[in-house]
Amino acid sequence: MKRLLLCGLPVLVLPLSVAGCSGIQSALDPAGSQARSILDLFWLITWVCAGVYAAVVLALIIGLVRARRTAEPPNGPLALDPGTERRAGWTVGTAIVLTVAVLFVFTIASFLTDRGIASLGARDDALEIQVTGNQWWWEVLYIGSDPSRNFYTANEIYIPVGRPVRITLKSNDVIHSLWVPNLNGKQDLIPGRENNLHFVADRPGTYRGQCAEFCGLQHARMALTVTAVAPDEFQSWWDAQLKSAPEPMDERTRRGKQIFLSGPCVMCHAINGTTAQGRTAPDLTHVASRATLAAGTLPNTRGHLAGWIVDPQQIKPGNHMTMNLLPPDDLQALLDYLEMLK
Amino acid sequence: MRRALFAAFAGCVLLAACEREERETRSLPAEAERQATVTLSELHPGSEPPQVAQASAYEQNAYHLSQGKQLFKWYNCNGCHANGGGDIGPALMDAKWIYGSEPQNIYATIVEGRPNGMPSFRGKIPDYQVWELVAYVRSLSGQGPPAARSGREDALQAKPAEQQMEQITPKNSALPPSTVGTQ
Repeated sequence: MKRLLLCGLPVLVLPLSVAGCSGIQSALDPAGSQARSILDLFWLITWVCAGVYAAVVLALIIGLVRARRTAEPPNGPLALDPGTERRAGWTVGTAIVLTVAVLFVFTIASFLTDRGIASLGARDDALEIQVTGNQWWWEVLYIGSDPSRNFYTANEIYIPVGRPVRITLKSNDVIHSLWVPNLNGKQDLIPGRENNLHFVADRPGTYRGQCAEFCGLQHARMALTVTAVAPDEFQSWWDAQLKSAPEPMDERTRRGKQIFLSGPCVMCHAINGTTAQGRTAPDLTHVASRATLAAGTLPNTRGHLAGWIVDPQQIKPGNHMTMNLLPPDDLQALLDYLEMLK
Repeated sequence: MRRALFAAFAGCVLLAACEREERETRSLPAEAERQATVTLSELHPGSEPPQVAQASAYEQNAYHLSQGKQLFKWYNCNGCHANGGGDIGPALMDAKWIYGSEPQNIYATIVEGRPNGMPSFRGKIPDYQVWELVAYVRSLSGQGPPAARSGREDALQAKPAEQQMEQITPKNSALPPSTVGTQ
């Protein structure tokens, strides 16, 4: 009895420890219907497998205990007993039928889950977003009702609560994979082809996503956030993102803009409303409004931004941002200008 | 014992070959960022200008060469020079070098710009990336050691991979085209 209790303990403790796995990046804390149906499937498979495991362990224990109790058979240890043979046949037969039935249920359940997730994308009012994977950041293109309402951002996706989002996935270099566990499963971003992924958030919040396919040196520092907000808040965010960068009003920010446009920054980055139109690096038109720098590596503060500009290879070795050894005054002016880009 | 020694020796030899693959993501100390002095004139006192030691280090490293290849697209070099075969800019994979084929010549061409279209990238491209571009541009016509060069194209193959390029002996042209009236 004591032994049984000991064996049963992990089964009781496991669900309690799993309850601690809620948060901004957890498949066990779903914020959308896709993630919820994946979680249902997960629990179905987990509990059925736990049941099978418990049954097998129980049978093993019974077998061990009983073998000790029974005395030597009368006709010698290897003699066949028709009763035992029949019971063994029944046991094996039942086990095979049960195994096939369980696998059948699992197959049907995962098929239905897949269908449920896919059918959501067929809705006409879905929001269209294109996400392109780069080593090691995410380019996000919002596709509006007409091309003048399109805009680029990076490492940050805003979505309205309750409205399905259809994400087209592309890659510029190697295979990446987008995984926002609170909203849906993984989907690969493959160079030269398009994949699709659908989200629908049913409560507001910020969820963290991560590249889930090894893509090179900084694979681990390739994260993004998905923020679900109320539909009218989403609309005003979109309108704000469409605006060009503000013109600098004072001498210092004017100097910062000049440094940006005459230095190496302009070779790769874009700021709408200026001549900077590079597309090989994140769009900086509204960089100051973002929460993180370098694809979720650093919080977006003045000090981190300065460190990132001067020596990005120390922070994220191998990334494609160059080191920029600017004189202190120039660096401060550039920071003043970049902080203006809300 | 002898076998173990031999294995250790073979291991060391193999390790030595890894220099080709070394990834120096943060190779340059601050003072190396200084712009190298570049002369525009072909007239210089004494003999040939000294070889830049840096250049050959870049040509022997696969990472720098492939970075150069990527930058060639990202900085829109292919906008004028296409994949090296030339378009509105001159071809880079033939024997003709208007402004010289040595690493420091190409460095000067990128940093200073040249008449009739080649812009100056001074201050726009950091020094080490210019050297990466120089190494790649030279590899297009098979200059420099072949070992570290790329063996295949990442995208659709527009030309043979750099490793398959035979070295083309440069014929340095002394006069820029503007002085003889052709473009």
